[in-house]
Amino acid sequence: MLPRIELLGITKRFPGVLANDAISFAVQPGEIHALLGENGAGKSTLVKIIYGVLQADSGQITFDGREAQVGSPREARALGIGMVFQHFSLFEAMTVLENIALGMDHPPARRQLEAEVRRVLDSYNLALDPHRDVHTLSVGERQRIEIVRALLQKPKLLIMDEPTSVLTPQEVEELFKTLRQLASEGCSILYISHKLEEIKALCDRATIMRGGRVVATCDPAKETARSMAEMMIGGNLKDIEGRDGRTVGQVRFTVENLSVPGEPPFGTSLNDISFEVSAGEIFGIAGVAGNGQNELLAALSGEQRRGMRGRIVIDGRDITDTGVTGRRRAGLSSVPEERNGHAAVPGMSLAENAILSARTRKALAAKGLLRRSAAREFASSVISAFSVKATGARGMAGSLSGGNLQKYVMGREIMQEPAVLLVAQPTWGVDAGAASFIRQAMVDLAASGSAIVLISQDLDELLALSDRIAVINEGHLSAAMDIATVSIEELGLLMGGVHGKKKPASAAPAEGITHHGA
Amino acid sequence: MNAAILVSILMTVAAAATPLLLAALGELVVEKSGVLNLGVEGMMLIGAVTAFAVSVTTGSPALGAIASMVTAAAASGIFAALTLGLASNQVATGLALTIFGTGISALAGAPYVGITTTRLGPIFPDALADDPYWRLIFGHSPLVYIALLMTLAVWWFLKHSRSGLILRAVGESDDAAHSIGYPVLKVRALAILFGGAMAGLAGSFYSLVVTPMWAERLTAGRGWIAIALVVFASWRPGRLAAGAYLFGAVITLELQAKAAGLSALAPEFMSSLPYLATIAVLVMISAGRRSIKNAAPACLGKPFRASA
Repeated sequence: MLPRIELLGITKRFPGVLANDAISFAVQPGEIHALLGENGAGKSTLVKIIYGVLQADSGQITFDGREAQVGSPREARALGIGMVFQHFSLFEAMTVLENIALGMDHPPARRQLEAEVRRVLDSYNLALDPHRDVHTLSVGERQRIEIVRALLQKPKLLIMDEPTSVLTPQEVEELFKTLRQLASEGCSILYISHKLEEIKALCDRATIMRGGRVVATCDPAKETARSMAEMMIGGNLKDIEGRDGRTVGQVRFTVENLSVPGEPPFGTSLNDISFEVSAGEIFGIAGVAGNGQNELLAALSGEQRRGMRGRIVIDGRDITDTGVTGRRRAGLSSVPEERNGHAAVPGMSLAENAILSARTRKALAAKGLLRRSAAREFASSVISAFSVKATGARGMAGSLSGGNLQKYVMGREIMQEPAVLLVAQPTWGVDAGAASFIRQAMVDLAASGSAIVLISQDLDELLALSDRIAVINEGHLSAAMDIATVSIEELGLLMGGVHGKKKPASAAPAEGITHHGA
Repeated sequence: MNAAILVSILMTVAAAATPLLLAALGELVVEKSGVLNLGVEGMMLIGAVTAFAVSVTTGSPALGAIASMVTAAAASGIFAALTLGLASNQVATGLALTIFGTGISALAGAPYVGITTTRLGPIFPDALADDPYWRLIFGHSPLVYIALLMTLAVWWFLKHSRSGLILRAVGESDDAAHSIGYPVLKVRALAILFGGAMAGLAGSFYSLVVTPMWAERLTAGRGWIAIALVVFASWRPGRLAAGAYLFGAVITLELQAKAAGLSALAPEFMSSLPYLATIAVLVMISAGRRSIKNAAPACLGKPFRASA
């Protein structure tokens, strides 16, 4: 059988880096083919070349047996290549239908388009109302727009770029059903991910990339997640140590009935959030992005106190009315989700970044003057203790890779020996090596008696690290559950907004369309 | 008040509203594409002086109006080249364009100070255009009708045409539009040129219709009102027309008060009325009227750099 697409020696060089080095592999018709690799392995570059966003320096692409020159996304679509991006190319203020029309080269008249969209939605059992404005939709629903948009072009090859990173487990299951149905109809799927369990469940074959090269091809069903991970990083994966046998001490951090109004236009309000975390405990907060995680972190760290009601207590001390600096002094450290520009200032040196957050607890700015040498010393100790790859304390934060900057930021907070550490998405976009290092560091910090609040969208991470877990959905926090007894299904339902009470009317599905998870 | 006086006042309102509407319609399209061009005032002045010079030289005010669109569009082309080509800061570049327009129009207009030209007057037969009542409908300058027709055209373009959809998409999310394969910079460049042409036409209204002569800073800051109007109208052409006529009424009120010799308020206060109203509108908007904030194109003022 002729392969659907075959790549031969695809090479792409960027200034200073060989992003793709003679990549060759083939995808058969009807095959679900995984493209696996760490961040920076060259997956995105390769996919952009296939979809015509970038041009290869050398190499050849054969599509259905014919050599293909893919000069632009338009030409890719004309060939029959569809793509669902990781970051959706959607227009918030427009309706689903308008968004779909924008994604087509020759959209039919509105009424006909709507009929076609409804036909695709029906035949793949996708729940979506074509007339809703995009900003009112959940992430899963947004992804469906992209999928419908791609399917309307009747693709022969569908590229999915990290499609599940933002979905609830139930939404992932729905997506897999759709993809399997597509594959059974003969459409090839190139599935990019680093979630190994999903690849085992879904894909027929996997091509593994590292450092711009293909390092292995395997049958995911015959591999373990661990063996694929080790092929990906090209080394052995360390286990987290000291996870068990930690003793949980007295309560160190208490949040009582915390409510904060959301910032217009798209902010989420926090509603009556209560929880407590004890010494030596990691308290996990799960949830789909945009359900109030950022707002919660900002309210707890003291960045956003306007209109706040409730009580926050550290070690018996009420810190509700103190600001960021006061809370830091009381022993509260936080690591926000966004590394560049929130956790660290990219245009400042690592030492200066150390001063910004550690000035009170490490006395780096006594009497209003900067103690630069002390700051450099502290930064250097973070760099060595957390094995950050950097040119030194004078190096710019912005010059570090994502994983290294994250290690630095985590180290900066942990080495201040906080009573309470708030962390959001600590391993997001971080390579597997750095991720396991960061997780180990959190476990070690908890073992030393700190209380940790871990906000994450990565359920595997939460299940691996937390002692207790709660789910945040639309600004409400569920009751805390013991990690030993909680099930993924239960968490998934909570993430999808099932509290045993009805969702607000605005989020209700349109007539004749069933809502996921509800 | 008798009907004839009412008609005469309404005529003035239309005359005051039309240039605002023309300039604001252009700016609306520009902003919908995600670009904030604060150079409206400068482009209006360039349009005004061009219109006057061409009208004086050729004797044809219509030709002057057309020429005003060309030169103002050319001026907006500079803005486009800087903000799109070199990704310069839109606010600073727009302000510079206003300063540039003010200066160059004063320089180019120096020889024309103190002379008059033919007014770009009504196009309908005198019997209708001069009738004390019918002139309310037939007695306007053609630009008044053009402004209203353009309102309809812009509304239709944005709401119903595919090109309008693409333009809105570019203003909503430039990255998304780019990744789908739309030429973001080209769309924005065309929008900016359109905005320039409309601002030029608005400027020509002052030097060809309101007072058929040229003076430095003839437009007297009305370009700023046009920009505020776009926000006031929450980027909707229909509301924009209503807003323009409302501001036209405020301006007329000021003129009428002056003519009637109302001395209770200082004339300076009356002259500042439209601008105070503008500030009030802007404050109302930024004070958190959710609906208006949401209506703003998401990429407004954000420079776009195509990333691979």
